[in-house]
Amino acid sequence: MLSRVADTLFWLGRYLERAENYARFIDVNFNLCIDLPPGMKEQWDPLISATGDRELFISLYGSNFSRQNAILFLAFDEQNPNAIISTIAQSRENARMVRESIPKECWESLNDLHHYVRNAKKRKVWQKEDPHAFFEYVKNGIHTFNGIAGSTAPRTQAWYFTQIGKQLERADKTSRILDVKYHYLLPSVDEVGSPLDFLQWTALLKSVSAFNAYKHLYQKIQPDFIVQYLVLSRYFPRSIFYCITEVENALQEISGSKRHSNSAEKAIGALRSKLEYTNVNDILKYGLHEFLDEVQVGLNEISSSIYDQYFKVMPNYSVQEQTQH
Amino acid sequence: MPFSQYNAREHYDEMFDSEGICRSSNRLLYEHVNSFAISKLKQLQHTTEKAQISMGMTFNVYSDNKGVERILHLDLIPRILSAQDWSILEAGLKQRIEAINLFINDLYHDQKILKDKVVPAEVVLSSPDFLKQCIGLKPPKGIWCHITGSDIVRAKDGEFYVLEDNLRCPSGVSYMLENREIIKQALPSLFNEIGVQPVSNYPARLLHMLENLSDKEDPTVALLTPGVYNSAYFEHSYLALQMGVELITGQDLLVKDKKVYMQSTKGLKLVDVIYRRIDDTFLDPLTFNKNSMLGVPGIYEAYKAGNVALANAPGTGVADDKAVYAYIPRVIKYYMDQEPILKNVPTYICSEKDSLEYVIENIPELVVKETNAAGGYGMLIGPKAKKADHEKFRKLVKKNPRNYIAQPTLSLSTVPTLTRKGIQPRHVDLRPYILYGKSVEVIPGALSRVALVEGSLVVNSSQGGGSKDTWVLFDK
Repeated sequence: MLSRVADTLFWLGRYLERAENYARFIDVNFNLCIDLPPGMKEQWDPLISATGDRELFISLYGSNFSRQNAILFLAFDEQNPNAIISTIAQSRENARMVRESIPKECWESLNDLHHYVRNAKKRKVWQKEDPHAFFEYVKNGIHTFNGIAGSTAPRTQAWYFTQIGKQLERADKTSRILDVKYHYLLPSVDEVGSPLDFLQWTALLKSVSAFNAYKHLYQKIQPDFIVQYLVLSRYFPRSIFYCITEVENALQEISGSKRHSNSAEKAIGALRSKLEYTNVNDILKYGLHEFLDEVQVGLNEISSSIYDQYFKVMPNYSVQEQTQH
Repeated sequence: MPFSQYNAREHYDEMFDSEGICRSSNRLLYEHVNSFAISKLKQLQHTTEKAQISMGMTFNVYSDNKGVERILHLDLIPRILSAQDWSILEAGLKQRIEAINLFINDLYHDQKILKDKVVPAEVVLSSPDFLKQCIGLKPPKGIWCHITGSDIVRAKDGEFYVLEDNLRCPSGVSYMLENREIIKQALPSLFNEIGVQPVSNYPARLLHMLENLSDKEDPTVALLTPGVYNSAYFEHSYLALQMGVELITGQDLLVKDKKVYMQSTKGLKLVDVIYRRIDDTFLDPLTFNKNSMLGVPGIYEAYKAGNVALANAPGTGVADDKAVYAYIPRVIKYYMDQEPILKNVPTYICSEKDSLEYVIENIPELVVKETNAAGGYGMLIGPKAKKADHEKFRKLVKKNPRNYIAQPTLSLSTVPTLTRKGIQPRHVDLRPYILYGKSVEVIPGALSRVALVEGSLVVNSSQGGGSKDTWVLFDK
C-alpha cells in the first residue's frame, strides 16, 4: 500500500472517530443541562476544555460559554478545525483522495453525511430548542460507515491503518473527557450519592457510551470503579487499554510479526504493558491527571513512530540529485 | 404529452427527421418518454441528480472558489445512435487514429510527410506541442496515442464531422460509464427492450491495453493524477478503482537508476506502466517544465530507457494542435492511401496569408479558436458574440496568427432534452473513446455533451454544458 494512502486512511479513521465523539459529548452534555436543578448554571466550559481548544474558543467568542456558542463552536464553526463540520469534511476529503481503497458504499454514506452536516449548518441547528436529532444523525451516519466497513472491507493494510487512526483517537478522547470531568467532579465527592452527583457521573459514562454496561458490571456509581472501567477494562471497547491493544494487534497484522519488530510496535508495547501492570489504586495514588498526562505522551509517541515507520515519503527531488552525482 | 410542443426543424435533430417524423432508431424511446407525464419525468430527473451527488460525481470549475463542487448535469433522456451511424463512426475513427499514430511517429523520426510537403513543416515545427525532447523516441510497441476521445458533431446535412482529436489525456469517460448506470436505473424497461451495446467493460479493456505495453507477464500498472484538486479527479480515482490499480501522485514516485518506484508502507515497489493524466510538460521537471511540482524528476529518462511505459506517449499532443488538425484528411490519404471516412470541419489557418485576410474580414460568421487551448476557453463564436469581441479577436489574431484557426459556424444537431420549459431541442456533440492496444478499438458508447442554454452551441462542462447517456444500438 502506498505510504500516502496509508497516511490518508489513518487520518480518515481519526477524523471520523473525533466527529463521533464530539457528537456524543455535546449530546450528553445537552441532556445533562436539561436535568440540572433550577438555578444551576449550564456547564459547557469543561467540555470545551476537554477538546483542547479552549484558547481558540476564547479568541473567537470571548468567555461566554453559552449553550449556543458551545454548540456552534464544537459542531458548526469551520474556524474550529476540530468542529464536527470540519472533521466530517476532512474525513470525506480523505476518503475522496483514497476512494479507490475503500468500499464504494462507505464513500457514499460519508458523502451523504457531509452534505447533511452542511445543510444542517444552513438550517442553523444550534439555534434550535433541541438539536438532539442532529447529533443522533451524525452518530448514526458514522455508525453506518463503520458498519459497512466492518462487514465489507477486506482485512488488509487499508483496514488496519484506518483502525489504528480510529483507536488512537478513541483512546485520546476517553482519556481527555475523563481527565477534565474527573477534575470538575471531584469537589462534589462530599455529596457522594446526591442526585446531582449521580447525574454528573452518569453523564461522564454516557459520554463514552459506557453507562449501561458499567451498571451491569458494578451496579454502584463510584469514582474508582469508573476510572478502572474507562482506563483499564479489558472488555469495554472504549477503555484506553482496550484501544491500545487494538492498535497493537493492527500493527502486528501490518508487519506480519508477533514480536515488536519496529519502533511503532515498541512504542505501543511500552504503553500497553504500563497499563497492563498497573491498578486503579496505584493510578489514583499517583494522581489521575498526572497518569493521564503520561498516557497522552505515550499516544503521541506512538503516532509519530507510526508516521516514521509507514507514512513518511522521501521527496523525489533529493533522490534524483543523489543518483546524478 | 411531453413532446407536443417539440419543434426542431431548424437543425438536424437526432430524434425527428425534417418532416417531423420520428426516426426508426428512436421510436421506442419516443413512445416511452411520451407515455410519461412531465411531472413524472421531472421526478426521475431529480432522482438522477440525487444519485450523482451521492456518488460524488462532482468537479471543481477552474474559475470557482476552492471547495465549490458541482455535478455535471445529466439529462434523463438518452441520446441514441443507430447501428448504421455507429458503423460509420467506428470505421472512421479506426482509420483516423491509425493514421494519426503513423503521423506522430513520422514527425519524431524521418519527417517524410514534411519533406514531401504534404503538411507544411513550419506548422508542425512551430507547434508548442512538438516536443524536441521526443525526437527519435521509440515508444513501446510503436504506439503513441493509446487513449483518444475525439469530439464529433453532426451538421445539418446529417453527416458526422470530427471537431477535435483530443489526444492528450481526454477526460469524461467516467461520465460515460456512470451515466449509463444511472440512466439504466431510471429507465430500466426501455433499456432492456431497446437493445443497447454495453460499455461497462471499458476499464477492463483499458487495463488490458495498458498491460500490453509491458513485456512482463504481470506488470504493475498505476494511474498518475495531478491530485485531488484537479477537476477530473473523480475520474482518475474512478478509473483506478475500476481497474484495480494504484492511484498515484508525483510525490508517491521515485526514480532510481532509471527505474520508477512507488513508495509503499513496505518500501519501494517497481512500476511498469503508467496511465498518466498529467500534461506532457508537467511530467518531468528535469526534461520539460522545470517548475512542475506535479511530475517526477527522472521519469522521462526511465521512459526512454524502456523501464516504464507511459500512456499516452509524450509528444502526442502535436497532432492535436488545432492548426495541425486542418491537415488530418491529407495525413489519412498520405499514410493509409484511403479517402477519409469522417470529415474534418473546414479550417482556416490564420498563419496562412489568404486565410488570415478571410478570417479578419469574416470574423462575425466564424468560430475562432486558439490552436492549443481546450475546454471551450479562448474561443469566439462569431455569430453569438458582440461587436467589441469581434474587434478584440481581430486584434488577437493579427498579433499572433499562428495561435489561431477559424472555422465556419456549424449548426450542431439537436436532441430532445428535459428543460424547465418541458422537452426542447438542445445542441449536442459526441465524444467516443478509442483505445489503441493490439489494434484500434472504439468503445460502443460516448459522452454526449449538451448545451443546456437554448440556442447555445457551447457544450463544455466548464461553460454550462450538461451530458447525456449515449445508447449505441445493436444491429438487428
